[in-house]
Amino acid sequence: MKRYSAFAVAREGLRHHAGWERAWKSPAPKPSYDVIIVGAGGHGLATAYYLGKNFGITNVAVIEKGWLGGGNTGRNTTIIRSNYLQDPSAAIYEKARSLYEDLSQDLNYNVMFSPRGVMMLAQTHHEIRGYQRTAHANALQGVETEFIGPERVKELCPIIETRGPRYPVLGALWQPRGGTARHDAVAWGYARACSDMGMDIIQKCEVTGVTQEGGQVTGVETTKGHIGCTKLGIVVAGHSGVLADMAGFRLPIESVALQALVSEPIKPCMDVVVMANTVHGYMSQSDKGEMVIGGGADGYNNYTQRGSFHHIEETVRALIETFPIISRLKMLRMWGGIVDMTGDRSPIISPTPLGNTFINCGWGTGGFKAIPGSGWATAEMIARGTPGPLAAEFGLNRFREGRFIDESVAAGVAH
Amino acid sequence: MRLDRSGGDVAPSLSFTFDGETVRARKGETVAAALLANDIRLVGRSFKYHRPRGIWSAGPEEPNALITLGRGAAQTPNQRATVQEVYEGLEVSSQNRWPSLKTDLLSVNDLAAPFLGAGFYYKTFMWPRAFWERVYEPVIRRAAGLGALSGAPDQEPYEKAYAHCDLLVIGSGPSGLMAALVAARAGSDVIVAEQDHALGGRLLAEVEEIDGAPAADWVAAAVAELEAAPNVRVMSRTTVTGVYDQGTYGAIERTAMHVADPGAAPRQTFWRIVAKASILASGAIERGIAFANNDRPGVMAAGAVRAYANRWGVSPGKSVTVFANNDDAHRTARDLAAAGVTVAAVIDPRADAQAIGDYPLFSGAQVTGTTGRLGLTDITIRDASGKDQSVWTDCLAVSGGWNPSVHLTCHMNGRPVWNEDLAAFVPAPDAVPGLFPAGSADGAQSTADCLRTGAEAAIAALEALGQTTEAPALPKAENGFTGHTPFWLVPGKKRAWLDMANDVTVKDVKLAAQENFASVEHMKRYTTQGMAPDQGKNSNVAALAILADATGRTIPQTGTTTFRPPFAPVPLSAMGAGARGKGFAPERFTTSHTATEDLGAPFVEAGLWYRPSYYPRAGETTWRQSCDREVQMVRNAVGVADVSTLGKIDIQGPDAAALLDFVYTNMFSTLKVGKVRYGLMLREDGHVMDDGTTARLGETHYVMTTTTAAAGQVMQHLDFVLQALRPDWDVRIASATEQWAQFAVAGPKARALLDVVLDGPIDWAAWPFMSCGNIGVAGVPGRLFRISFSGEEGFEVAVPARYGEALYRLLLSQASVLGGGPYGMEALNVLRIEKGFITHSEIHGRVTAFDIGMERMISAKKDCIGKTMAARPGLLDPARERLVGLKPTGAVKELTAGAHLFNMGAEAVRLEDQGYITSVCYSPTLGSFLGLGFLKSGPDRIGETVQMVDHLRGVKTEVEVCNPVFFDPEGGRMRG
Repeated sequence: MKRYSAFAVAREGLRHHAGWERAWKSPAPKPSYDVIIVGAGGHGLATAYYLGKNFGITNVAVIEKGWLGGGNTGRNTTIIRSNYLQDPSAAIYEKARSLYEDLSQDLNYNVMFSPRGVMMLAQTHHEIRGYQRTAHANALQGVETEFIGPERVKELCPIIETRGPRYPVLGALWQPRGGTARHDAVAWGYARACSDMGMDIIQKCEVTGVTQEGGQVTGVETTKGHIGCTKLGIVVAGHSGVLADMAGFRLPIESVALQALVSEPIKPCMDVVVMANTVHGYMSQSDKGEMVIGGGADGYNNYTQRGSFHHIEETVRALIETFPIISRLKMLRMWGGIVDMTGDRSPIISPTPLGNTFINCGWGTGGFKAIPGSGWATAEMIARGTPGPLAAEFGLNRFREGRFIDESVAAGVAH
Repeated sequence: MRLDRSGGDVAPSLSFTFDGETVRARKGETVAAALLANDIRLVGRSFKYHRPRGIWSAGPEEPNALITLGRGAAQTPNQRATVQEVYEGLEVSSQNRWPSLKTDLLSVNDLAAPFLGAGFYYKTFMWPRAFWERVYEPVIRRAAGLGALSGAPDQEPYEKAYAHCDLLVIGSGPSGLMAALVAARAGSDVIVAEQDHALGGRLLAEVEEIDGAPAADWVAAAVAELEAAPNVRVMSRTTVTGVYDQGTYGAIERTAMHVADPGAAPRQTFWRIVAKASILASGAIERGIAFANNDRPGVMAAGAVRAYANRWGVSPGKSVTVFANNDDAHRTARDLAAAGVTVAAVIDPRADAQAIGDYPLFSGAQVTGTTGRLGLTDITIRDASGKDQSVWTDCLAVSGGWNPSVHLTCHMNGRPVWNEDLAAFVPAPDAVPGLFPAGSADGAQSTADCLRTGAEAAIAALEALGQTTEAPALPKAENGFTGHTPFWLVPGKKRAWLDMANDVTVKDVKLAAQENFASVEHMKRYTTQGMAPDQGKNSNVAALAILADATGRTIPQTGTTTFRPPFAPVPLSAMGAGARGKGFAPERFTTSHTATEDLGAPFVEAGLWYRPSYYPRAGETTWRQSCDREVQMVRNAVGVADVSTLGKIDIQGPDAAALLDFVYTNMFSTLKVGKVRYGLMLREDGHVMDDGTTARLGETHYVMTTTTAAAGQVMQHLDFVLQALRPDWDVRIASATEQWAQFAVAGPKARALLDVVLDGPIDWAAWPFMSCGNIGVAGVPGRLFRISFSGEEGFEVAVPARYGEALYRLLLSQASVLGGGPYGMEALNVLRIEKGFITHSEIHGRVTAFDIGMERMISAKKDCIGKTMAARPGLLDPARERLVGLKPTGAVKELTAGAHLFNMGAEAVRLEDQGYITSVCYSPTLGSFLGLGFLKSGPDRIGETVQMVDHLRGVKTEVEVCNPVFFDPEGGRMRG
């Protein structure tokens, strides 16, 4: 693989870009692999990448029903933070956040990680208590956050109406090294690096069945034929229940549509990421100038990849209340993704009842921020056959045993 | 320039400004038409390279002519000059240029273009590592965006509105008008939504005849008929923007964007239209041809050039040329020539193209380049023999054919299908339930076909609604100009633009293909094609065709084009109309609110409710002084608090007891009439959802009390149980929270106060702890519950809400005689912490009955929601964090909620974490701070000393673990 660099950009610019190689290959599937990962989203590709990078396992195929990065990886609002309440959550999200810090250099692909700071507004006394409690927990977890007052909120984000007559801003939980990244680039960067290690990324290939013998997985049936494997990783977010069904087990997952929207591009007016849970809305401004706005999840289970109008309307209402100056902006595009929600709003990274079959799912509304850490932990589990310290508490058994890692209060709305 | 037409053209009567220069215009013109009339071709700068750009279209699809309206708080960025109507005094500014439109410094980007191809930023800006954050990104961000926000809040009014109809007709060209006429004559409720201010669609822009008369006459007659019909509502300036489930359509109306002084009228209105069926008569959008430097001001869509001439009497150029692959565009040459404009050449790549008027035709020829720095001056024509010649022209009208406006058919995940004959995508059948495409939106190419398919679609839609309609006699109309041959690009080395709004060229798409971004979605995201304000309306199909060619596939093999809502950008101001300020969420006030305000109490929000924090008295300077006094007042005399905000759910029916037994952990079917019981409610996953008291008022009649915070959630939960789990039960529930005003009367003198207030005499022996029944207050029937949340002898007295304020004032005046008075939330909180009573600070969603020491409340004699899941081993692990009381014993006497607990001597790090504090207060009764919290194996550690560490304030202190009931643990005071 030719490395990307400023020099390469200059060189290719002078010769009409004739020398740029394919970012990833499009091979036909081999008869079998050491590991098959189903799902070429961020989590699946990162899993494959760390299998290669950390464990030298490169006889790997990543199989994708559609186009790589086309699920939730390409549909989210790109927020990265790790200010979670529960220790196992903070550990894996902080691992992910810290990997993001160097991901561009690691992948030789500019994923545009932008640690511009994330603030979660407290607009009721109840929220102040909640975020102060999280700040206490973060201090113990080594996650750098602080609880800031309304004056500091206004200083960091002047377009917020902190004295809003209905829900004044009373403070915020501030994570200065949280931020955003270019979501497509994360998928593309991992895909390019995986392909470079000799892994096969097989797009437009739908898994239609899981084959097994004596309780051990032997491969997958796909629209491109049977592909054998020694180990199988299922990393398919919203459709996890469907794949689990093929492998013969059930998951405690509900799938719902989560929506987002962007505005037309405007000159820069907001440097930080703001999340306002009381009024249900969050917003940041992309490097292109669009305001990227996240809304709530539908109140009913579905696979529609669209959403009901009233959720977007509520989100817009919330943002006008919190940021009155943006009301003359126009919504350019709205879309939905299917998020896989667990009962405790924490992910599942776990072996499954089928031998040598592993699953990574349940990231709900907050998966993008976790991609590097999730891939890291899942690769470790697949390589070793058993979860490592990052994944240990996210096993499927926690639901049977009642050992929740409950983030449902912190994740009261989508994030 | 303005054309000198015979007939009704009036002289320009009004003026507006463009970048400060005065422009004369005619009423009814768009900004674009007026600018072209005044020979202003340069109107903006492109997004990335800051290339000079002009007007491309004559409609809402415009990619280039985005302008800013107004200034100050009224400044509105990114408006389409092709849609905005002029009015006297309108201020228009160009965007994305500095210092001026003609001299834009960032046009230097264009010189660096060889290095700034598709996706270049993914390949660089990575070294040195810290520079992305500190240098590169800030520079990129500063250059981003088109228009700018004023920074001032928008003070103008907007509105939201709702409409319902049998048939929604989207668009009012020939197919839309014909469909509307058929449905209107059949008596249906019809709404016609047209984005333009005038109905007629393309007929306004063409020189055509219908039934032997000018098409405009037929349009006028049709509009007059529709406007006169009582069952038809015509909504002009209204763009249908989105399709949602159950026949819901979003639409944005530019209600008063076209008038100088709209007064109180909403500037824009967001409509939600619910239609039983709809006709998609949204027409088609002309596509361009990619050739070298095809983006100069003066290069325009051929249909738009014709529209400016025919509709507004404006020629976009003095010497017009046409470059097109289809017969339809020849009409542009014909009509302009007929209007007296020089038509210098028509270039048609088809070898067999025929002229339909008096103009020079180059068949089998192509345009290979253009010149003109700030506006087109010349084009280069390569004729059929391969010879190049240069032609002077200031307007090149381009057409690569027409794309049906299939956008709305994609909104519910429908995928348009490629039609080889039309070389275009047409709506997939049944893409949206109840939506019937017609006219050119469905691929019709002539006016005659549009009229016919419009009528057919209306008949089909009415039939779907169960109504049979006869086919109408169709007007006689134009049936020609349908010849075309697909032609996407002129090969060449120079940049040929596809997505003008985002500066995406043919080369960019080919580079994406070369780098294996071969999926159409990858290509779009890599090049940003289709992501600009026009959302690919002008470029998606051409880009797809070029990607297909570059990857050696057919268009259907390569993918399809799709569009997400909204069709046209929707202002947040209209979508969120009414949300500004206090409009965002309703405010709920108790009946005692005014009386409480009179007493100077500050309020605190509790959900949507406002509740008093404390009642300051003369001489009290801090909230703590008031709170301490109120606590002691309740402990020693009597206090009154409004508790109406707690949820009250009236439950009646033969199965009321069964419902309660099912949702509560403990038994309610055994509760005697006239008694009250505390209940605990679990979620399905075994965690505590809520708690509260429920009273049995009759054999089949209960009143449940919830916490204020969970009132909605519990109501929803009960509804779910009855609708989804036990629809067989004969029981009804109703929220009665706002129907009853309820006041807590607590303290040793509570009875004395009630003796004065209630209709009496009351036989208190008949009112033991946890009893309830009917009473009267001044003859008004009410309810009395003997319950306590303070640990004192306590009652709650309830009357219908309309008597609430009177009762509250009565209670306060009589209480003061007894040395009592009102108490607020702060005192209420202290009273409950002293007693170890929990609130949602403790039952915060992660705790179980076991954690709060209430595992014995889960009845073994029956099932209930959450019981099975609550029995999982992890939820009964003795090492779980469980509820304890905490008292400071160290040097620091103040506790903080949220602080964590550690063993004495242990380091305050995560692995040593033992628990955390949930609620704290200063107890004037016990003269100490008190806390409630969760501690690992808590109840087994009573008497132990642990340390509290407050990382936020840097405080450490020792605390003693104790029973959470600090005060009167035997409960003698509340039993009386």
